[in-house]
Amino acid sequence: MDLMIESFPKLINATILTIELTLLSLFFGIFVGIFFAILRTSKVKFFYFFSYYYSYIFRGTPLLVQIFIIYFGLAQIEWIRESFLWIFLKEPYSCAILAFTLNTGAYSSEIFRSAFETINKGVLEAAKSLGLNKINTFFKIKLPIAIKQSLPAYGNEMILMLKGTSLASTVTLLDLTGVAKHIISTTFRPIEIFILAGSIYLLFTFIIHNVIKFLEKKYDYNSVK
Amino acid sequence: MGFLAYGDTGWGDELFYATLMTIAVAAAAIFIGFFLAAIFATFKLSKSKILNIIGSIYTTVFRGVPELLVIYLFFFGGSSAVMYVAKIFGYDGYIEVNAFLTGAISIGIISGAYSTEVFRGAIQSINLGQFEASKVLGLKKKIYYYKIIIPQMLRLALPNISNVWQITLKDTSLISVTGLVEIMRQSYIAAGSTRDPLFFYSFAAVLYLFLTFLSLKIFNKLEKKYSRGH
Repeated sequence: MDLMIESFPKLINATILTIELTLLSLFFGIFVGIFFAILRTSKVKFFYFFSYYYSYIFRGTPLLVQIFIIYFGLAQIEWIRESFLWIFLKEPYSCAILAFTLNTGAYSSEIFRSAFETINKGVLEAAKSLGLNKINTFFKIKLPIAIKQSLPAYGNEMILMLKGTSLASTVTLLDLTGVAKHIISTTFRPIEIFILAGSIYLLFTFIIHNVIKFLEKKYDYNSVK
Repeated sequence: MGFLAYGDTGWGDELFYATLMTIAVAAAAIFIGFFLAAIFATFKLSKSKILNIIGSIYTTVFRGVPELLVIYLFFFGGSSAVMYVAKIFGYDGYIEVNAFLTGAISIGIISGAYSTEVFRGAIQSINLGQFEASKVLGLKKKIYYYKIIIPQMLRLALPNISNVWQITLKDTSLISVTGLVEIMRQSYIAAGSTRDPLFFYSFAAVLYLFLTFLSLKIFNKLEKKYSRGH
């Protein structure tokens, strides 16, 4: 019990980094996801295959490999070390965010793609006959419907990303899992720390779950308000 | 390509054995997971409130807590539990529990949480009328399960089992933190001694892609086999 009280502030401090990594990766990941989802619908073969293989590779390999390639691997290429990119790529923090963003972007692109594909053709025809141009159709019709469609799956992806940020600890960052591991390896009291750190993760899983539930209700056009 | 030579001069044979190790841990983990899922899916479907709650706690905790944290729990927890027992018998040193077992159990417990949901959905989807029908036909319970229930369950559950397998396979990369020499650990060792992490981690990615590709092909075949007649 003493150990739990003693380590609680340390774990809370580390939680800030975990939240930061999760939110930043999800934020950038949405843009990457939408970008590749749009590429996937392109009629240009190259764009289509580029998007297809991007998502195939990032979903078919473990996140750990992706982080290691970006953090340890890219540092080996000389022109990267001599370019302005090195400012970002020498830091484990930005490397972790880059890896998480690309990873969640791949999963999100699949979620968004299937959401765009399920949009009813009749709705698009209606938009056309109302004289909406392409940009308006995209932002006012397609995007809101796609957001609604993808909410449940995207909620799961958010939770996966929250758990995924624990891998930041493998590139020396002291996130919640990193600090938890440090305390466990110095005190050899894994159960107490697991309960504490695990509860913090579960709390955020619970929050994400409920935010998504709230948004689903908000975007539910079908039910009468 | 000299890096991948088979034998003492390259890392080809080491990486080959490491790949087998990854497959072995993943297979052990998914079977441990199936075993747990069979128990917890019954818990979740039972009429007892307490069993329902136990089932829900299991799936919520192990799907909501990072895999790495679970691995640390069993990695450090496993050896302290064994050391505690050893102390009773008068041994006072550090004992490390087998990394394979730690990995298979921790990934297995996580995999089981996903499988529980899959099993539960599959069981719920089977029509009860079939039980009555097979009773009328005078089928024995064993035949009823093996010939009627399980084939139908498999057809519905296979796409989801395929997903769980992919997750489990990728999760095994995290066991490398415990020192078990699977693909990631071997690549780490090779990258350290050759100072070429880019090559070895990219090669690890290729190995994982190959494994996920291969398993997808196998599962597609199985799905075809079990969905004949549909």
